[in-house]
Parts: sequence; structure tokens; C-alpha cells
Amino acid sequence: MTADNLGGWPDPQPRMGFFTDTSVCIGCKACEVACKEWNAVPDDGFELLGHSYDNTGGLSANSWRHVAFIEQPVPTDVLAEAEAGPGDMRWLMMSNVCKHCTHAGCLDVCPTGSLFRTEFGTVVVQEDICNGCGYCIPACPYGVIDQRKDDGRAWKCTLCYDRVGDGLTPACAQACPTRSIQFGEVGELRERAAARVEALHGQGVGEARLYGHDPDDGVGGNGAFFLLLDEPEVYGLPPDPIVPTRDLPAMWRRAGLAGLAMAAAVVVSFLGGRP
Amino acid sequence: MGVRTWIEGWPVYRQLTGTDPLGRGAAAQSPRSRDLSARTGSADSMARSVCPYCAVGCGQRIFVKDGEVVQIEGDPDSPISRGRLCPKGSASKSLVTSDRRVRGVLYRRPFGTDWEELDLDTAMGMIADRVVAARAATWEDADEEGRPLNRTLGIASLGGATLDNEENYLIKKLFTALGALQIENQARI
Amino acid sequence: MAEAHPVGFQYVVEAKNRGATVIHIDPRFTRTSALAHTYVPMRAGADIAFLGGVVNYILSNEKDFREYVVAYTNASMIVGEGFRDTEDLDGLFSGYDPELNVYDQSSWQYEGQSDEGQQEGEAHADRETASGLEQESHGPPVPADVPRDPTLRHPRCVYQILKRHYARYTPEMVERVCGVPPEKFLEVCAAWTRNSGRERTTALVYSVGWTQHSVGVQYIRTGAIIQLLLGNMGRPGGGVMALRGHASIQGSTDIPTLFNLLPGYLPMPHHRQHETFRQWVDAIRHPEQKGFWANAEAYAVSLLKAYFGDAATEQNDWGYGWLPRLTGDHGTYQQVLDMIDGKIKGYFLLGQNPAVGSAHGRAQRLGMANLDWLVVRDLFAIESATFWKDGPEVATGEIVPEQCRTEVFLMPAASHAEKEGTFTQTQRLLQWREKALDPPGDCRSELWFFHHLGRLVRERLAGSTLPRDQAVLRLNWPDEEPSGEDVLREINGYDVATGAALSNFTDLAADGTTACGCWIYSGVFKDGVNQAARRKPGAEQDWVAREWGWAWPSDRRTLYNRASADPEGRPWSERKKYVWWDPAAGEWTGYDVPDFEKTKPPSYRPPEGASGVEAIAGDDAFIMQGDGKGWLYAPSGLIDGPMPTHYEPAESPIGNPLYGQGANPARKRYDRDDNPLNPASPVYPYVFSTSRLTEHHTAGGMSRQLAYLSELQPEMFVEVSPALAAERGLEHHGWAHVITSRAAIEARVLVTDRLRPLRVDGRVIHQIWMPYHWGSSGLVTGDSANDLIGIVLDPNVLIQESKVGTCDIRPGRRPAGADLLAYVEDYRRRAEGHDG
Repeated sequence: MTADNLGGWPDPQPRMGFFTDTSVCIGCKACEVACKEWNAVPDDGFELLGHSYDNTGGLSANSWRHVAFIEQPVPTDVLAEAEAGPGDMRWLMMSNVCKHCTHAGCLDVCPTGSLFRTEFGTVVVQEDICNGCGYCIPACPYGVIDQRKDDGRAWKCTLCYDRVGDGLTPACAQACPTRSIQFGEVGELRERAAARVEALHGQGVGEARLYGHDPDDGVGGNGAFFLLLDEPEVYGLPPDPIVPTRDLPAMWRRAGLAGLAMAAAVVVSFLGGRP
Repeated sequence: MGVRTWIEGWPVYRQLTGTDPLGRGAAAQSPRSRDLSARTGSADSMARSVCPYCAVGCGQRIFVKDGEVVQIEGDPDSPISRGRLCPKGSASKSLVTSDRRVRGVLYRRPFGTDWEELDLDTAMGMIADRVVAARAATWEDADEEGRPLNRTLGIASLGGATLDNEENYLIKKLFTALGALQIENQARI
Repeated sequence: MAEAHPVGFQYVVEAKNRGATVIHIDPRFTRTSALAHTYVPMRAGADIAFLGGVVNYILSNEKDFREYVVAYTNASMIVGEGFRDTEDLDGLFSGYDPELNVYDQSSWQYEGQSDEGQQEGEAHADRETASGLEQESHGPPVPADVPRDPTLRHPRCVYQILKRHYARYTPEMVERVCGVPPEKFLEVCAAWTRNSGRERTTALVYSVGWTQHSVGVQYIRTGAIIQLLLGNMGRPGGGVMALRGHASIQGSTDIPTLFNLLPGYLPMPHHRQHETFRQWVDAIRHPEQKGFWANAEAYAVSLLKAYFGDAATEQNDWGYGWLPRLTGDHGTYQQVLDMIDGKIKGYFLLGQNPAVGSAHGRAQRLGMANLDWLVVRDLFAIESATFWKDGPEVATGEIVPEQCRTEVFLMPAASHAEKEGTFTQTQRLLQWREKALDPPGDCRSELWFFHHLGRLVRERLAGSTLPRDQAVLRLNWPDEEPSGEDVLREINGYDVATGAALSNFTDLAADGTTACGCWIYSGVFKDGVNQAARRKPGAEQDWVAREWGWAWPSDRRTLYNRASADPEGRPWSERKKYVWWDPAAGEWTGYDVPDFEKTKPPSYRPPEGASGVEAIAGDDAFIMQGDGKGWLYAPSGLIDGPMPTHYEPAESPIGNPLYGQGANPARKRYDRDDNPLNPASPVYPYVFSTSRLTEHHTAGGMSRQLAYLSELQPEMFVEVSPALAAERGLEHHGWAHVITSRAAIEARVLVTDRLRPLRVDGRVIHQIWMPYHWGSSGLVTGDSANDLIGIVLDPNVLIQESKVGTCDIRPGRRPAGADLLAYVEDYRRRAEGHDG
């Protein structure tokens, strides 16, 4: 099974994902709204959080895109402030989303087969299967997947599975005014991201770096990765995420074979009993 | 559903016979997931429109199915917006389909403490009556030196910056002919 | 721009990625600043000092694009001997009348200008009717051959006058007035001038908060002066770009719902200035002047033919006698005060929410509470429909529902998806919207509403012989409901005999053979085809994208694009080529529709005594101006001076560091007890400004009603610097209230380094910022920032100063009920006491 056919599809499609370039994010939150309109995600309550312009708070069952705002002033004391040089601050913005991990903890632990790997290599909760057991929630190293209070089921970004299946761009990426969110084949996006980092370095933005692009990281690389302008922790991202089920695949493989042997017997008996 | 179909749809069968021995991909796909498609594709019609919020003029595509708007998204053909929309433009479907929209005439009588419902034709007739009366009561034919004025200062209007040119044209034409001068819009604000 | 026009900002991001320098100047650090290379914080209300400093930098370092300036601007023209500058008169120009607070503009004219000039009586009427800027070169006709000194050395040439006027706007003065350090200011000057000239152009983009100042028009003029001096007008990548904030606010000025205008910027007649048809037309066309306004009679007659059809004849002056007449200020703020005074009976609100969106919210609501009837057409039950029930004055006891006489009709409106028609976006581009579906329930379009209102009124007046009813009875108003395209055809214009659509305003005639609802839109239905509905994908066109929509006039995408070529008609550079003269073909050509007569060669010089279009020389790029030139200096028309001058806002914590004159001497004031202005007083020590958030739209009627937008910015808040928070004891995420002499409003506090104190005129000035989206109706509600603002207007266009004022801020929530009135009154008394 290659990284491009994580789901064992007979006719696998290229792996699709997001490259979110935070260096051009303007924090407009079009991604949040476009996602909700397309996916009919409920509102998340009307509460002023006091976290800069972030009133969403984080990714949740009812927020599948979340724009983080980080104000980074140059430290000055109150009295000196009027004398400080103007403009010497940064306001970082980042649209966060499910990472669609190569090794997805949520999918690994899902007992119902609700979470599955699509032909595009994305990780999707199937709302008609999910029974609300919640095993997936602690299994996500990013804290992305979440249960909806009123129906108990788990919800998160589907990378607009329905749209992508029809050759369309996911709603958030389609709306994004500045192309901070780019959708495409993961391999191509990785090349684009590397070129962008290089270009920014050339423009003197030495702090530009990628996050989640590396197939050798603790989750085997992400289908949705980011260009950041500071350490991941600054954005509320784990610096070194490790899928809690990292050793599971081998275990599954063994368990799977045993299970299949049993299932095969059942199927044979069904077929045998056909009139 | 025949038994074969049923069986072949059964994840474990597919896991066994397909290419997904771990049962977490193709074999786990539910019938609903398999049948998913973008609702824009099955819409009855698509109208080419323009975002109603700011004046950038982003292109919108409005998809309608069974008499309901099912999606509004950016029009990739627009050389202005190239398919993109801001959060407000992206919320246009909510704007159009909101259950908070007023769908019938609401009337508050003088000194009233609550709304009452009113039939549209009745309301139109009442408004026409009031325009005629306000005009008659406040009409000015000429100034003190006999120069024509042809106007009423008893009627005022404000609005128009989110209306169509064609609508503004009729508004101005009618009010001007009625002698109503005090016609203003957001452009003064 | 990123805040209020995110999708437009994609081009800034793209330009930045391609190496452009992005500079953002704003009182507070916004989402735009976050992506700019350079952010320059400055004091709200000091923009002319800043931009005047740029003018001074350009002129004193000779950074102007000299060939362009000499050829295409009025830099070389000689001004009459009587002119006195603000440098001579401590902040006033010559001709000031302190009683009327306006200027006799005679002394501002060019040398040899024969006319008496714009005297104070006329200037006063112009201010009251916001007509100073109509028809580009308003006021006395400008002679076609003004004396010039192409060497720019004559002491009274515009170039030298400009240089003297701005000589004191030095980097040190900019720092003193604006709070911008010289090195930051010079960085902006260097970037702007470096990136202008033959090979490069710079765009100046502003959002229309710039218009919301008592010196708003002059702010924009200062920008225009810089762009003319640097050769950035009429050229690709240049210009002064207004980012407008409503889908068709450009259209609602072109086809105006404005008291002082008729379609196509024809003036609504004034009872004294325009008593006869001939007076009206001549005031527009200026018979001896250059330019396309010379054909105004054709535009005017065609409009009257569109309005009155067969009833408009040469014998009755095309029905001119039926038009209503202005006598003074009938603008929206005068109207509101007249409502309070009981002079207005009925009020229509058409997709507009003045209870939240207009300055001095309390006056707005008290005015509406004193009407006979109010018709609100909207999608939602907005504050302006429900003020009698849940407005702030109900809480204070000033409006008692049982005693409020206003009859209110809330008429549900159709949304943009439920009707067809055109919006004109911010670059004059008309885009046709297809109708997606029928409106629900009793929701109806304005087209439907006004068609039927007209029909019903005409039915009621049918048979009347009263003179006052003849105009509406003879109105060209078909009985059957028109489609949007029917109306657009009328706007485009048609041949009266055949009904065929006209193809351009040059087809219009003054003899009654053509009808046209808006001359500048003529051509939108060229060849009987709805040109605004053109939608050839952008990807299949060049970057000008001429086959998408239709731009007025004549489908030109960039105005005055003759200036993109040099005087001989050659592109200034290969890199910036746009429109040029093709000598072989004998015509202008290029990527855009040339904004010039197609076959008039660059070498053309008008014959002696020519006027109108014939008088436009081959190098007169500014074809609507009376002298064919871009105006660095306005010899007439502007109410408050021929050149922009720094004045303090009407409410300012400091005196004017440049002149004895503090605020704009010609500003429009309404001195009434119910419209108090804050005196300069330590009682109101801080400067505040307001603007939009990305997540909301204007007064909230289209955003606070939607869950997906409300959740993103759920509460009214105020932004303060850490220093001010410490000074006033404000807690982040806690409550505070802001007080002016009009109101006190409460908000949650965001303490942020995006606001910072500035050192201005030797002292520290704290600025606070608020969004203005909140009101009492909707999914999320809160106090309205516009309640804080008083009514004082720009004298040229009668737009209010709502982007800067003075205030106090205190921790905690404001008093409620009647206590609130006493609290605000107490502040006023203390401020006045101090003042006296």
C-alpha cells in the first residue's frame, strides 16, 4: 500500500490536500463561513473570547476551519510606548484545519468503520455510520475531531469529499480571497510550498517554515500542511505531533488477517446458502 | 436490494475480495459516501449574479433546486474576483434563505405597541394614499418672488446603495415627478 | 483594504509577491497593516498634513514627472493677482466671508478669466446644495486659452503657488501634526516617488471613510494632486481608487437617489440659479468652455424625453417647468433635523438603516419617532423599523410607544438573488445579475414596489387638472410592470421614432429625437444587447477584460487614458503602454477604449475662439475639464479653497499647529441644542475613530441577522492601547463606556498594541477605535458607535465627519434608563464650564 493509496482503492486517485500559506492570510474567515455554508455546520455560539479577533476558539465539531490570530508586539513598557518606533509588531493569522494525516489516529481507533480513508487519501467521518463512541477524539494528536453535543456523533473537515469527488475545489479553498488556502495534489502542493519558502527566504522572511509536510514526521506527514512564520506552538499547534496509534498498523495487519479469515467463512456460508 | 448487492455492499465482503484488506478505505465506504456528489451538480438551475455586500463586485453563482437556493459561491469566470468571496459574500446563502427574513408586510399603527400583519395590496394602497395626502398638504408651487418650486418637502427617502440601477432610476423618476426632492442615499453618508 | 474589501486585496497580495512595496497608513494596525511592508500609524484627521508633506517633498526635490505635469496639468497656468494663500492669511484664502462662512471665489481665478467669479452668495447656495463639484469645472467658465508659463517659473503659476502653499509641510511639521516620525514619513515619500514616472506607476487606494470628514473632499484632492504631479493618472497601475462599501453605491450616484442630482450628474434645478431651461442648461454646458459638458443640452433634453415622453416638447422646454426646485440644503441630515421639528410627514427607507448607520443615532431615531408615517423596505426587521419598540430612547423614556405617533410599514424586500438588474461596482463597471428565483411570500423588489406605487398614485390623481399633478400624470410610466431590461434600455437611450437602442452618448440629440435616462450609461444596451451581461471568462481575455460587464462611459475601463501616452501620442514606456496614437491608421488604439476622440491627432490645436469638444486640443487629456487639464489648483468650484489645507477636525484635542484657523472655516454646521459638539476640553481628552470589521456589513442589517457572521464578531467592542488602559483602569475583556456630548455607549474592551499613543504637537494623544456595526436588533446586539457622533459636514458634498471626534472612556458599563441622559448632560456641563 503506497502513501498515494492509503485506502487500498482499486482505482486510487492522486492524494488531495491543502497547503495553507499563512504568510498571505488576512484573517478574513471566509474559509470558516464557506465551510459552514457548504457543509451545513451549525454555528458555534455567540461569545466574545477576547483572543484578538478569534471568536471561534479552535477547531471543533461545529468549526471545521478556524482562523487563529496572534498579536506579537515588540515589548515596551507603558511609558516608553509613545516613543517606540511605529509598526514594529506582527499580527499573525492562520486558518487551521484537519490535517488528514498519513497515519491518522482517529481512523486507526474507529471501531465502526465510520472514519475511513477516501480514494483521495483524505480522512472522512461517515455520518451514517458513526455511533458516537468518541474513541477518535483522544486519538487525534491535534485535537481536531470532536463530538457534537446534540447528536453525539464525531464531526470534522471532510475536505469537502462530495465536492472533490465531482472535481470541485473544497469550499474554503474556493472562497479564500488571497489563496492562503490552496487545494491540490499533495505532491504538487509540497513542491509549491517548498518554492514559496524559498521565495520568502529570498525576500528576507527568514522565519518562514513548513509544518506538517514531512512524510517522516510523527504522523507520516499531513494531507493538509502549512507555511508558518513562527514556531508551531505560537499558533497553538503541537510542535512534534505523534499519532498515538503509531504502532497500530502492524498490529492491525495481524488482527486484520485473523478477522478476515473468520469473515471469509461467514461470507462463504452466505453464498453457499443462496437459492 | 438483491442478496448479491447486499452482500457485495457488505464491508467485510469487500475487505476480503477487494484491494483494502485493512478495511479502512474502499471497503469501509458506506453507501451514502459512495453516492455523495456536490449538490451544485444536481441543481435545477444556476444564475450568474453579483455579491450584494461591498462594491468590489465579486461574481456569484446561485444554485437553485426545487425552488430553494442550495448554494451560493464565487464565480471563477469573473476577472474581478476569480471565484473568491469574503466571509460576507460566502454567507450570502444564509442572507437569502434566513428564516429571520420578513416575508409578509408588518404594520405598526400610530401609538401601537406591537406589529400587526397586513395584506400586501392593502399596504400598497395605504402608502399611495399617504403619499398623495402628504404631497397635497405640503405642496409649494412658487417661492416668495413667484419663481417656480413645484415641490413637496413633506416626503423624504433614504436608501439605494444596495439597489439596482434600474430600481434607482424608477425611484428618482417617480419622486421627481411627484415633486419630492428629499431623496437621498448612502452616498451622502 | 484587507479588512473591508478582502477579495479586492488579492491583487495587493499578488503585487506584493511580485515585488511591489505595500504601505499602509491608518490610525490603527489592521488586517491590512498585517500584510504591508510598512505600517504608518497616524493621528486620525491629519491626512492633509501628511499628504501635503508628500507634495512638499515632491516639489522641493523636483521629483515630479515634469513632462506629464507641463502637458497634462494646470501647473503652468497663471493665477490672477488678487489671490492670497493660507500662508498669507493664517489659514484662510482670499475672499472669506465670516458671516456666511464661505468664500467669494473671484480672486482664485486664472489670470484673464473674464467672469465675475463665484461670489459668496453663489458659493453659499453651492454649499447648501452640494453642487460645488458638479460638472467637473463648476462655477464660472474657464477660458480655453489661459495664460501659461511652461517653464513653471512665473511666481503666480500654479506650480509655484502650490510650492509656496506646501513649503511649511516639512517632515518635522508632519511629525508634529500627525505623530509620524520623519524617517517613517520619508520612507513613504521615497517609495512613492521612486515608483512613479515613465516606467512605473503607483496606485493610491482609499476607503471611503476618507469622505467622512469635514475636509473630506480636500483629503481626496491632496491625493489627486500627488498622483498628477507624479504622472500616475490615466495610466495603468495608477489612479486614485475609491474602495466603495456598498454593492451599487457608485450606481446610486450615477443614477442618483440624491437630492441635488439628476441622472448623469445633471444638477437638480435651483429655484434662483436655474429658473429657466436655458439657465439650467447653460450652467451645465458653460458655452465658452472646452470639453464634453458642452453637449449637455443633448443629455438634458434626452433625459426629459425619457421622463415625460411625448409630453416633452420643444414648446414646453421638454417639460423642464415640471421639475422640482432646490432652495437650499435638503440633504439627509437637514431632513432628520426637519423631522425632529415636525416638518416632514412621510419617510421611505430603502435598504437603509439610519438608526444605526447614520451619524447622531439619537437624532435619527427621534426624527423617525416624529413622522406621520414611515415605510421601511428591508430583508429583516432592522433597528430603523423597530426603534419605537426597542430603540435606546425607549430605555431612556424619550420614546414611549403608546405616545409615539409614527405609523410604520415594514415592507419585505426581495434579495439580490430574487431580482434581475445591474449593480455598478467601485470601478464604474456595470454587472448584470440574473434572477435565480422568485422572492418568497410578499417580498418584492424596489422595481415592483415603485412601479406599483407610481401606478396607484397616478390612479388616485387621474383627471386632476391641478398644475402640481401634471408632471406625474404625464410621466412616461407604462401600466404594465417593466422588467429590469426594459428599464436598462430606457437608461441606455433610444431613438424616439424607431425605438432602436442608442450605441453611445455621442448619438444624443437636443432636438427631442432621442430619449436617454442617464447619458453616461448610454451604450450599455448597444446594438440592442445587454452589454452589462457579458461574461466572457477572465481567463480567456487579456488583463483589461473588456468583454466582462460594461464600464461607463463608453465602456472605458480607465478614465482619462489619453494620459497613458505622451503629448505626441506615444506610450510613455513599453512597460506602461495602454492607449496610443497609431499614425498609420490615423486613430487612437490600445488595450482599452481610448478616452479621447478616436481620430483627433495629438497635434490637433483648436481654431481661435473654439469651444466645447472642438476646443479640446490633441494633448488635452482631461476632456471633461473646462481647460482640458488635470487640476493641481482649482480656480473655482471647491467651497473650501483652491488647494487642500490642513484643518483640524471639528472636534480636536489640539489647536492647528499650522495656522490660527483651527477647523475648516467653510464646514457645514447645524448649531442646535440637540446637536452639540464637544468643545476642546480635558473632559473629552481622547480621539476616537470608527470603521468596519471584515465580518460585518455597515449597520449590521445584512450581517448581524446571520448566525455564521454573528458568531465571528459577536459583541460590540472598543480597542485601546495598553497605555490608555493603564491610564483609565480598563481591563481587557471587561466593560468600558465611551462618552461624547451626544451619547455614552458601552462596549467590551480589547487592550491591544495595534493601537498606540502618538506624540502630537508636543503631547501624547491617545486614540481609541470602535466598529460601528451594532444596534438593538439582530442575533447579536449592542450599542451603536454612530450614537457618539454629532452632525458637522464637509461643505462640498454635505457628508458628515464621522471618522474622528473627541471622547472620554471609562471602565464599566454606562448608566441605564433616564440616568444615562443625566450622565451625558453632566459631561456636557463640565466641558462647557471648563471651556468658559
